[in-house]
Formats: sequence, C-alpha cells, structure tokens
Amino acid sequence: MSAVRFDHVCKAFGTQTVLDDISFEVPAGRAFCLLGRSGTGKSVTLRHIVGLVRPDSGQVFVADKDITGLTGRELASVRKQMGFLFQNAALFDSMSVGDNVAFPMRRHTDWSDGDIRARAAQKLADVGLEQEFDKMPADLSGGMKKRAGLARAMALDPSILLVDEPSAGLDPITAGEIDDLLVTTKQSGTTLVVVTHNIPSARVIGDEFGLLHAGRLLATGTIEALDASGEPMVQAFMRSHGGG
Amino acid sequence: MSLVDRAGAGVLGLFEFTGAVASFGARAVGEAVRPPYEPREILRHVYEFGYRSAPLMLASGFAIGVVLSMHTRASLERFGAEAMIPAGLAIALIRETGPLVAGLLVAGRVGAGIGAEIGAMKVTEQIDALEANAVDAFKYLGVTRILALMIAMPLLTIMMDFAGILGGYAAEAAVSGMSWQQYFERSFTYITYADLVPATLKTVVFGFLIAVVSSYLGFTTSRGTEGVGEASTRSVVMSSMLIILSDVLLVKLIFFFYPQVSG
Repeated sequence: MSAVRFDHVCKAFGTQTVLDDISFEVPAGRAFCLLGRSGTGKSVTLRHIVGLVRPDSGQVFVADKDITGLTGRELASVRKQMGFLFQNAALFDSMSVGDNVAFPMRRHTDWSDGDIRARAAQKLADVGLEQEFDKMPADLSGGMKKRAGLARAMALDPSILLVDEPSAGLDPITAGEIDDLLVTTKQSGTTLVVVTHNIPSARVIGDEFGLLHAGRLLATGTIEALDASGEPMVQAFMRSHGGG
Repeated sequence: MSLVDRAGAGVLGLFEFTGAVASFGARAVGEAVRPPYEPREILRHVYEFGYRSAPLMLASGFAIGVVLSMHTRASLERFGAEAMIPAGLAIALIRETGPLVAGLLVAGRVGAGIGAEIGAMKVTEQIDALEANAVDAFKYLGVTRILALMIAMPLLTIMMDFAGILGGYAAEAAVSGMSWQQYFERSFTYITYADLVPATLKTVVFGFLIAVVSSYLGFTTSRGTEGVGEASTRSVVMSSMLIILSDVLLVKLIFFFYPQVSG
C-alpha cells in the first residue's frame, strides 16, 4: 500500500509554474526525502499532501484515497492521520509548549484533561523537552522549537509525518539530534516525507529519494541511484552537497 | 496611468474589498450556526476583548462625562436650565455618545489586535498549522472572535454609559454640590427602554463589523511583518469608518422602529 502518491500533479502560481507533471509514490512505513535547491517547489509538494494547496491538474492520494477534491470534514479526517512539522515549527505563540502539544489531543480525542497533559508531557520527553512544558514558544531556541513542533506533529501518533526542512537554520549537532528523532520515528512504523536540501541529513533519514528541480522531478530512487545518476543537475547537486 | 484611470482603479478596488469583506462576513454568519461551536474560545475572547477593555471604557467614559457635563452646563446656564444637565447628559450618552465612542475605542484597541494577531499567525504559518491539525482556522480564529466581540460590545457600552454618568455627576457635584441621589433621579427622568435598548444593541452590529473587517485583513495578510502592521492599521481605519457609516443607517432604523426616540 502506498502512503502518499502523486499522479501527474501540476501547480502554478500566476504565471510561475511550480510543479510540472510530478509523479511519485511513497510506500507505507518508508522515509521519502524530497531533495532540491531552495525555491524548487519542495514545500509546495509537501503542502499538497496535507491539502493546504490544491493541484491545478493531476491527483494526490493519501493512503490510496484521492484527496484532491476533498473539503471540510472529509479533508479533516485525512489530516488527522498526518503530522506536519513546519520549517519554522509554527508553534502557536499564544499557548505554552505543553498546550501546543496537547492541542491536537484536545481537539480530536475525548481523553480526560489529566490524560492529555500526561501524554503531552510524554511526547515532550520523547524529544528531550520534558522541562519546557510550561514555557512559551518565544522562550525556546530554534532547535527546541523544532523539537516541540515534532512533538506536536507526533501528538496523535500519525501514520504519516511530513517534515519541512528539519535541519534548516540549526547547528550541526542540533540538526543531528533532529535527524535521530526522525529515524526513531521511522523505526516505529511511521511513513516520513521529508523535504530538505541537506544531503548528509537526507542520507541519515531517507530510504527513497527524489530530486526536484525547476518544478520537475529529475530523479527518484535510492541514494545510490541518485549518486549514480547520469543527469548533470543530479550529479551537480549530489556532489555539491557531500554526495558520493 | 492617468488620473481618471487611477480614480477608476481606486473605486474598483473599493468595490472588490467591500465584496470580499461582505462575503467573509456572510460566511462567518453561516459558520456560526454550524457545529463545532467553540464555546471555550468564544468565552476566552469575550474575556480578552471585554474584561481587558473595561478599564479603557471606564476611564474614557468618565472623562467624556466630565467634559460633556461642562459643555452642557455652559450651554444650559444661559437659559437658566441647569436642572436639565443630568437628563441632557444621560440622553446624549446613552443614545449616541456612549455607543459610538465605545465602538471607536474598541475598533482601536481590539480591531488592531485582531488584525495584527491573525496577520502574525498567517505570516508565521500558524494558520496553516491549525489547518494541518484538522482545525477549521476560519471558524477557530475568525468566527469565535466575531461572536465574542458581538457579545462584549453591548456590555462595554453599558460600562461606558455608566462611567459617563458618574463623570457627569462628579463634574456637577464639584460645581453645584448636587447629591448623587438627585443627579441620578434627574438623569433618568426622560430615559426610557426605547432610548437604552436599541442604542446599546446597535453596538452588536459595531462588534460584528469590527471583528469581520479585522479578521478579514488578518487572514489576507501578506508581506511579513510589514503586512502585519498594515493589517493592524487598516483594521482600525476601515472598522472606524464602517462604524460611523453604519451608525447613520442604524440611527435611521431606530427612529423608524422607535419614533418616540426621535421626538
């Protein structure tokens, strides 16, 4: 079963084509890393999966269900299966870190408040932020925000986790910690779709890879396949980012 | 672009904005009657908008009462009608000054806040995060604020009216030594429910307009922090304008349904 499938997806904003006939498939339980330079449409691809952006043509499938035309409760029910870690974490700044993590549970479960607090605390402990439950997002560093965002994305134990630039703006050690958390998440059976331009990080996390350039998917496959690609842009990208 | 072209573009832009805000407001009305009703969020915003605006309302109302009392005394003294000061001031406050000033103050304090808060959430992807968490951001952020402000506005207006009458009494007591009991009796001699209820309830419309315009501008914010500042400023300007314009229509409506008020 595929967790995510793109079928000839095209998307343009005004006259600018961002995605041009994109097709790929992510099998359930695997980690797919979408690589590419900044501004090539990676984040737009991720937003299609959660229904924040709709394709102009083509179809997007989540767990083999076509979500292209879904709205309202149907779309919400698909979204509940997914967690989304935004590039800047996008924590709700009017809530404490603990309440951010508890938010999806409060919205979508009938668990007691005590239960929710305990589970939120556990999720924060999983990412090493057990001491930060009552802090406000503004009081956290960039790396801590990202980890808190990951805890919130994992709050309902989603079957699919979407991650936008996990290591962007982080020092190598913190970026490595985030990568390790994502690997642990993958090992628990969650499907990962990770958007990144950081090849070393992708090598740690990914099972399957795709390289997006100027709105087109130039190559897909394992990291070895991309390293061995004859496509000049793929070679240049893999070499310039520490590839083989 | 010629002057005529620019004027035409401006008019078209105004129509487009008006249409978009009207459509946003209509959608909010439709969403308000559909579950989930978000009572906790609505109550939280009533507290934010109402309770936290109360000191501003009380202080402004008191000051307005003092000033109105001084002006009214200066005018009525010429005709030897000082005894009418409390009634004149209470009528002016309850029928028009209280609701209008409360609306404009709330547009400044709350409207700017709504525009800036939702705008900041937009540019920092928090609205996307809500949607990604399977929460209807329009309802959760917009409709709850609109309903909360519709609830808070009449309460704040009553506070302003009360503080204004107190301010009027303080000014009058300082000049003439009138007792509170006498002042209060004279204030309400000519006030009826037809003066108080429609004038206070029209602020429900003010609350709706402020929250709809400010939420719309917040949701359509772009261009980062500059856009947030612009959304905040435009929220105040547009909602203040709409309050003043709608007040003309609402007063006409009140006169139509309560002809005794216009007498």
